Amino acid sequence: MSTGADETDPKPVVSLAGVTKAFGAVRALRGARLDLYPGEAHALVGENGAGKSTLIKILAGLYRPDGGRIEIDGVPTAFADTAAAMNAGIAVIYQEPALFGDLTIAENLFIGRQPRVRFGLIDRPAMNRRAAALFDRLGVPMDPDRPAKGLSIADQQIVEIAKAISLDARVLVMDEPTAALSGVEVERLFSVVRALRDDGAAVLFISHRFEEVEALCQRVTVMRDGAHVSTDPMDEVTVDQLVRRMVGRELGAMFPKQDVEPGEVVLEVEGLSRAGICRDITFEVRAGEIVALAGLVGAGRSEVVQAVFGIEPRGAGRVRVAGRELPSGNPRAAMRAGVALVPEDRRQQGLLLDLSIMRNATLTRRGRLSRFGFLVGGAERRAAEKWTARLNTRYGRLTDAAGTLSGGNQQKIVLAKWLATGPRVLIVDEPTRGIDVATKAEVHRLLSSLAAEGVAVIMVSSELLEVLGMADRVLVMREGRIAGELDRSDATEEAVMLLATGRESVA
Amino acid sequence: MSTKLRDTAAVRLLTTWDAAIIAATVVFLAAAAQTVEHFGTARNAGFIVLDLAPILILALAMTLVVTTGEIDLSVASTVGLTSAAMGVMWNAGIPLETIIPAAIGIGACLGAVNGLFITGFGLPSLAVTIGTLALYRGLAYVLLGDTAVADWPRAFTGWTLGTVGETAIPNVLIPMAALVAVFGIVLHATAIGRSIYASGANPVAAAYAGIAVGRLKFWLYVTSGAMAGLVGVLWTLRYSSARADNAYGLELTVVAVVLLGGVSIFGGRGALPGVLAAVVLLTALQNALRLAHVSTEALTVVTGSLLIAAVLAPNTANAIRGALRARRSRTA
Amino acid sequence: MSTLVKSTANVPAAKTGSTALDLVLRFRALGLVIALAALIAATTAVNPRFLSAQSLRDLLFAAAITVLLACGMTVVVLTRGIDLSVGSVLGLSAYVTASALSESGAATPVAMLIGLAVGAACGALNGAVIHFGRVPPLVATLGTLYVFRGTVYFLAGGSRINASDLPRGFLDFGNGTVLGVPYLFCVALVVLAAVGVFLGRYRAGRDLYALGSNPEAARLAGIRAGRRLMTAYIVSGALAGLGGVLYAARFGTVDASAGYGLELNIVAAVVVGGVAIFGGSGTVLGAALGALLLAVINNALPVLRIDQFWQQAIVGALILAAIALDRLVSLRASRALRTKGSHVD
Repeated sequence: MSTGADETDPKPVVSLAGVTKAFGAVRALRGARLDLYPGEAHALVGENGAGKSTLIKILAGLYRPDGGRIEIDGVPTAFADTAAAMNAGIAVIYQEPALFGDLTIAENLFIGRQPRVRFGLIDRPAMNRRAAALFDRLGVPMDPDRPAKGLSIADQQIVEIAKAISLDARVLVMDEPTAALSGVEVERLFSVVRALRDDGAAVLFISHRFEEVEALCQRVTVMRDGAHVSTDPMDEVTVDQLVRRMVGRELGAMFPKQDVEPGEVVLEVEGLSRAGICRDITFEVRAGEIVALAGLVGAGRSEVVQAVFGIEPRGAGRVRVAGRELPSGNPRAAMRAGVALVPEDRRQQGLLLDLSIMRNATLTRRGRLSRFGFLVGGAERRAAEKWTARLNTRYGRLTDAAGTLSGGNQQKIVLAKWLATGPRVLIVDEPTRGIDVATKAEVHRLLSSLAAEGVAVIMVSSELLEVLGMADRVLVMREGRIAGELDRSDATEEAVMLLATGRESVA
Repeated sequence: MSTKLRDTAAVRLLTTWDAAIIAATVVFLAAAAQTVEHFGTARNAGFIVLDLAPILILALAMTLVVTTGEIDLSVASTVGLTSAAMGVMWNAGIPLETIIPAAIGIGACLGAVNGLFITGFGLPSLAVTIGTLALYRGLAYVLLGDTAVADWPRAFTGWTLGTVGETAIPNVLIPMAALVAVFGIVLHATAIGRSIYASGANPVAAAYAGIAVGRLKFWLYVTSGAMAGLVGVLWTLRYSSARADNAYGLELTVVAVVLLGGVSIFGGRGALPGVLAAVVLLTALQNALRLAHVSTEALTVVTGSLLIAAVLAPNTANAIRGALRARRSRTA
Repeated sequence: MSTLVKSTANVPAAKTGSTALDLVLRFRALGLVIALAALIAATTAVNPRFLSAQSLRDLLFAAAITVLLACGMTVVVLTRGIDLSVGSVLGLSAYVTASALSESGAATPVAMLIGLAVGAACGALNGAVIHFGRVPPLVATLGTLYVFRGTVYFLAGGSRINASDLPRGFLDFGNGTVLGVPYLFCVALVVLAAVGVFLGRYRAGRDLYALGSNPEAARLAGIRAGRRLMTAYIVSGALAGLGGVLYAARFGTVDASAGYGLELNIVAAVVVGGVAIFGGSGTVLGAALGALLLAVINNALPVLRIDQFWQQAIVGALILAAIALDRLVSLRASRALRTKGSHVD
């Protein structure tokens, strides 16, 4: 572990130490540490859930830390809001910037502080000149007078960077800025960032792509489980070392996947493609198997299972369940064939937060529960009681809104909703995200017993331990394709991470 | 505190806006029957039923549309256009037995046009139905101009004003009650109803649960149009006059009663009993004011205020509850 | 008026984005002008008297109040709002102004200020209910549509004020012209220019676009949404109030139904004028041209020997066409964005 990289100016512009932050029972940060020096690009790497996003949001002034110390230029600071962080010279560029599409690029840069002439009128020519000067400085040709609507993500990020410069930001935080960019766009972004860094700005760069981290950054900090692991100069560590530190945990005994003799093939996916999202995905799942789809965020895993279920139409390819082909883009047909999808985002995709637990738990069976077309008597109540009890769900009344439950219990309602359909193929997308450890173990035990009953399970997960503990086979996706398939016996943390990041095998 | 006691549906109902509006309606009816001369007579009740029929029938379909998070401002214009179309067909010598189903069919087609623009092209329903509000009313004027077709057969016009046998029950009450039953059952006791609530509460999650949200909304607009066609028939026969400006401006009253009945403009929340109560309350209030020789125009102030209060009251209650909770957690 | 048109000179062409999209976005006003010119040309070809001074004056009289209210409606719609109460506010203001002149014998300028103030107060009520009460604009202004209309009925109680009760000067103002242009239209033009400059050249005006374009980003950028929304609804109310004053001056006869049903015409004008119903986009110039187009259609129909009854149907078709066009443009934009943003081949 090293000290500051820059000998001429040893004082960090931002210094975080022992920062903690908890959301309910989940401890997102437990002792995060980070020093940023002027004139350096600093990489922050870690698995999903390692606490990087929480750290960034604290820097942006969106979250307030529960404990720890934040110093700006050596002065202890607490940001009350985003404006305070901005005033301290910290600018955050998100993966998908939020611009005002209807305003011009120049106005997006200067909203609320446009240059003015007499009578308070906005001086548009001056504003456009200043914007043009900023883009000149960044070496990017951009018309300041065109509306921001229709700009590519890459150009939107450039606009955000220009805004940061115009605000005299000394610290530029970039949260996976390259996830949606093409090779050329990444190059252009990097040349802009390098120029800023050489001008004395401190850059915090979050990325999953190690080649980018190596190309841009001088130092690298690894985080794991909300805590600081190591900080080193980039040229003193290898990617393999970084990957080990990111995942370096012991496999616990909390993932009780029972060994099941796989039955016949239930789900076949062949040549599935969606323009710009995924390409040529082919795999099959047998009864009693748990197949994990691993990979980095943005690799296209959720998109693949959404296309399999039919939420999104597929561009090309076939999906067969027990030999019968599913029509494209038709979730109802998929449900009839016995496919269930527990989606990634339970608040947006999984639940009707304002409606009752009972309505949520029985939504997928609204037709089957009715008698002669009518939903009368206690059919829904009985079904809801049965499934919430089977999943050990804790709630006050079945008529309470689903939004009043804790994350773990919400997830159980979503699971109940789908298990009640008696699926042959169960797809779970990030089944344990944001829920407490005890519930996590319950969900894992449940998935395992379902497989033992002969259900074919596909599990999308960003948690390596979950993938390794639960899966019979692991399909690793990278940039819209299946980069490789690993059997349970071959699946190690390194092997998965290296396939996911596009590195050759370590051993 | 005992949760058992609080868990009964009846107790919970009393704490909702629906319950408040139902209670207000009952109290008002009782008070008006005591204080306003002639209000409580069977004859007057019949008038009230006649007056509320068009609003109620339109509000039934509107409740479903608004529960999915959309709106249909074109209903009154659809009434006008079907009425005008009836006039044209009658002048062409088509028998009324053919005209009536045709008018309802025309209404359904006009609703389908709305549905196509909204679900097919993905346009905002507010803008689309403001457009068809003007378009359908305009076409009604194109068909009939400012003339009226008034020579409707006595047998039919008499029926709309008549009563069942020797009783005081107005004829129109029968189909109305049937419609209320059908809409109530569909919304509250069928899979379609569950889908309607789900689509309004969270269209994304509804789609994940296998609900074809677009198709559902399309058919609700068709239903809304068909109901408007039916109202066109009733209106024409009741006033014995097919005119382009029939039911002018009625869409705002219909939206008002639906919101007043506790249906959320954002979708996903609301129930038919509240809407029924709101329709009865508004129509009876108007009737009572007329009997008491108070300008019915004053009623518009009440309507408007109630409409705002219907949304403002729960918001304010929530805000106060939130503030209290914050204070309690601070002191704790 | 040059401030209403964005300068496009001397800037290098952007490398990104679709040029067709730019054209439509920037030249919506131009499209309206062309439509107006074509309609006027066609009508004049049928009957040259359509361009006579008398006929033009009638047109401008008819358009003045709509243009005025369309300006106010634009300000509100830009913020993702809507103000359905404008017709009622106009009626209330017209009645209060006229009765102040006829019964209280107030001086004309005072009465006009009263009308304006009545409108602004109504707008402030709308803004307060929407912002502080968190009531959706559609519901809030639908409610006040009733409340304000009911108030007029309550005040008027079936009576009406006749031209003979009003001072001569007031009526002259309503019906007089300068260089053939009605005073009323001059007022509308002044308001148009003022609102145009406010929306285009003041920070507060730009904030309204920002609020409608991306409310979340506006919050992050520190824009004070409450203050801006109040401003928008007060402007809309005040202009509807001013519209009421002009209505009283123009027609002399005011009863409780003045401006009944006007709100939908105003919304139509604004939507046809290219102001997006879900906020963030559009200009007051476009809205005014939309209002003008509707007025021209109205006046051209009899000349073209088309049944006057087609007018409303045409308005409806125009609204549908306008929103469908906007939708098409934004669909193409997002499609262009998707293919560009992809990272897989």
